[in-house]
Amino acid sequence: MHIDLRTVALEPQRNTFDHLVRRFGDKAASRYQEGSYDIQAAENLHYRPTWDPEQALYDTSITKIVLKDWYVLKDPRQFYYNTYTLARARQQDTTEANFSFVESRGLGAMLSEELKSIALNVLIPLRHAAWGSNMNNTFVCGYGYGTVFTQACMYQAMDQLGIAQYISRLGLLLGDTEALTAGKEAWLSAPAWQPLRHYVEDCLVVRDPFELFVAQNVALDGLLYPLVYERIVDGFLSSQGASAVAMLTQFMNDWFDETRKWVDAVIKTAAAESDHNREVLQQWTDKWSTRAATVMLPIVKLALGDQSEETVGEEVASFKARMKKIGIEI
Amino acid sequence: MDTQVTKKKLGLKERYKLLTRDLGWEPTHHTRDEIYPYVKYEGIKIHDWDKWEDPFRLTMDAYWKYQAEKERKFYAIIDAHAQNNGHLNLTDARYLTAIKIFLQAISPGEYAASKGFARMGREFGGVGTQVACQMQALDEIRHAQTQIHAISNYNKYYNGFHAFSDSRDRIWYTSVARSFFDDAMSAGPFEFMIAIGFSFEYVLTNLLFVPFMSGAAYNGDMATVTFGFSAQSDEARHMTLGLECIKFMLEQDPDNLPIVQRWIDKWFWRGMRVLSLVGAMMDYMLPKRVMSWKEAFDIYGVENGGALFNDLARYGITAPKGWDIAAGAIEHMSHQLFLGLYQWSFGTAFHGWIPSDDDMDWLSSKYPTTFDKYYRPRWEHIKKLEAEGTPFKNFGLAKLCQTCQLPTVFTEPGDPTLTCHREVDYKGEKYHFCSDGCKDIFENEPEKYIQSWLPMPALFSELGGDIGAWMDWVGLRNGIDNGDYVGSQDQVNFDKWRGMATSNK
Amino acid sequence: MSNVFIALQTNEETRPIVEAIMIDNPHAVVKREPAMIKIDAPGQMIVRKETIEGLVGRTFDLQEMHIHLITLSGNVDETDDSLTLTWNN
Repeated sequence: MHIDLRTVALEPQRNTFDHLVRRFGDKAASRYQEGSYDIQAAENLHYRPTWDPEQALYDTSITKIVLKDWYVLKDPRQFYYNTYTLARARQQDTTEANFSFVESRGLGAMLSEELKSIALNVLIPLRHAAWGSNMNNTFVCGYGYGTVFTQACMYQAMDQLGIAQYISRLGLLLGDTEALTAGKEAWLSAPAWQPLRHYVEDCLVVRDPFELFVAQNVALDGLLYPLVYERIVDGFLSSQGASAVAMLTQFMNDWFDETRKWVDAVIKTAAAESDHNREVLQQWTDKWSTRAATVMLPIVKLALGDQSEETVGEEVASFKARMKKIGIEI
Repeated sequence: MDTQVTKKKLGLKERYKLLTRDLGWEPTHHTRDEIYPYVKYEGIKIHDWDKWEDPFRLTMDAYWKYQAEKERKFYAIIDAHAQNNGHLNLTDARYLTAIKIFLQAISPGEYAASKGFARMGREFGGVGTQVACQMQALDEIRHAQTQIHAISNYNKYYNGFHAFSDSRDRIWYTSVARSFFDDAMSAGPFEFMIAIGFSFEYVLTNLLFVPFMSGAAYNGDMATVTFGFSAQSDEARHMTLGLECIKFMLEQDPDNLPIVQRWIDKWFWRGMRVLSLVGAMMDYMLPKRVMSWKEAFDIYGVENGGALFNDLARYGITAPKGWDIAAGAIEHMSHQLFLGLYQWSFGTAFHGWIPSDDDMDWLSSKYPTTFDKYYRPRWEHIKKLEAEGTPFKNFGLAKLCQTCQLPTVFTEPGDPTLTCHREVDYKGEKYHFCSDGCKDIFENEPEKYIQSWLPMPALFSELGGDIGAWMDWVGLRNGIDNGDYVGSQDQVNFDKWRGMATSNK
Repeated sequence: MSNVFIALQTNEETRPIVEAIMIDNPHAVVKREPAMIKIDAPGQMIVRKETIEGLVGRTFDLQEMHIHLITLSGNVDETDDSLTLTWNN
């Protein structure tokens, strides 16, 4: 039976807000558009920051990248607060179920000491690297220009906090508070971790938001995630029978696959706009990714031993191919 | 056989510490000053960031889970509201004047707060503080977006909403809230936290939100009620952050006290000026009134604020300097401002109107010592002129206060017949103020406030005084978005549509 | 002595929370407004997980209150088992 619900049909006076008509034409706008375009102040600002009078409160000139319209950096995922939160809530549910599964069946205790040790050694210090990413993405959100770009950076920052907390819970589950203490000590003084920590601390003093975006989201995560979560956790630990670990880090794999699309879109768009942008981006990507490969090597060695050089080499090649596709030649 | 190792049972506080502040470390390749370059110049002394007590301890997974639940409920309701022509449930489309002001003036502030908190989330030196600020940055973008989404349906049917993005940086009354947020964002991180986290989000928040949201509930605006209650649950977290900020600053070093007190004095005053719009809204713009601005101030200002400052007295904090003057002005400010908005309705992207006899009787009952003496006569006079075909309208504005940027319509404390006006000469220029409070703020930081971009002088300097050109520039459509409610398209349409929905004609 | 207060949305989920507050805080006063319930108490108010669980018949995470909270007043102390609001005066 077909039920025809009727309400009174009223004549709308307009389809959407003026600024969206100018951008997209005279039709109904999406919620992403309503929540992301032209809601940031653009002109006639009142006071210059007392914390840095050289810049304005919203300032396109604090980066070397030049865009005629910063709103070209549309997020292909079209994340605004609602869609972002709902997506993460679903993933959180799965992760909770995974943690529950591993814990209730004692799968952690079933891991061999050797594999458990490798997992903790490689993963736990990364909670500090993740916090570094949280700091860096928060910076890019704060000082970047245009909501389409900056809101995605805030989501990235909070994702990294979430990841840092998942890693911490993994440590508590597999090794209790001692695992977290040991991981922090390694982060602070074990030789394998010092190059990465140095990298992260150097990022914390970069004040060009776009360069920081490249250093963190493109160069470092672009190598760290494939190396750790695909090659070590999925590729090595799971194949050796420690797939319980992969259950606890599934969030990180899914997250990287999703966010990579956004990162690529940002770089591709910025690079395509001008030779100047492309050259700047190439310089940054080259410099930071060369260093990222170097810092990841000793970490990869903790799991893959003499396979490390080859593995890192493969991922670097993959990274270069990925960059080439989006217009960055390194 | 699995060997069970007894895991330590971690309490909420311990576990949260491991999941947040334990993530940070003392850097060795750069100094803290290089990584956190803005935390010292204000003179606030912090000796131990670890003494920070985390306000609501929400891990990211819990945040996603609970916020998603709020989001699902929220959008289900506003979708239903739109589908069912919920706007026809409004008491009267006059009410939308309040919502137009909200979208034009308040929503941009939510977004500005989001940027401000993102910066705080990076610039403060302690992980606990950083995380709390970052969550607030996320929440504020939620508020900006949910407000736009809730109000979007009204834009389809009513005027005054369509150019909110264009008028934000250009029209005159939005500058009151805009300069407030710019002021906070251009201040240092500690002042920002006192300005927004404490003064706005703690002391004054209930004075802004509860009236708006109750006003929405009383007047059939389901979309705004839903937004309000959904957002308010985030506000509870913001309040605890604000309160913790001030306690932390005061507990870290006694030298911080005079600095913090000065900020409390300044931001209470600036906040009360922004809230004059809320007062006018409560007393004049709601067809079905919730309570008077005076009553709201008694509950949320005096009672609640009183409890708060009694609590903070142990640190040496006193109630804000302008409190008594602000309290004395409560009987007057809403009337004075709405009279102004009425006469300047040529230049507002919302409608004004003359209160009805019933409205005026309500105002008499709520303001027994002031309304009939000072304001009813003015309204009666205005009614008379309107009836005679010469409505009392002004096509220019009073000068704007250099600090708060309101037109100088308020009166001398103690004399409601005398406009309050102050002046300061600074580096060869004369600056004008609406009050001692605003003048003091200027005199404390003149180099900052001389930078104010005043919107009405801009009409002359940038558009040669051409009102038509000005209207185009701010996105105001003459005869459509502005002027009196009576005779407006909004009135005609609302009545027509309501008639369609409720009769068979 | 100053009042602390908590304000919750009016819905099915907050009914047992309000009931629990009234049980654990005999001096508290409830005020019902459109879509909102405000509860005032002199000096201190405690919200207990155990009391709520007794009323709803399932495990209850106090942080679930985040969904329904409108506003509050007082210093907040949060543990696994309770949420307390206090004014120290």
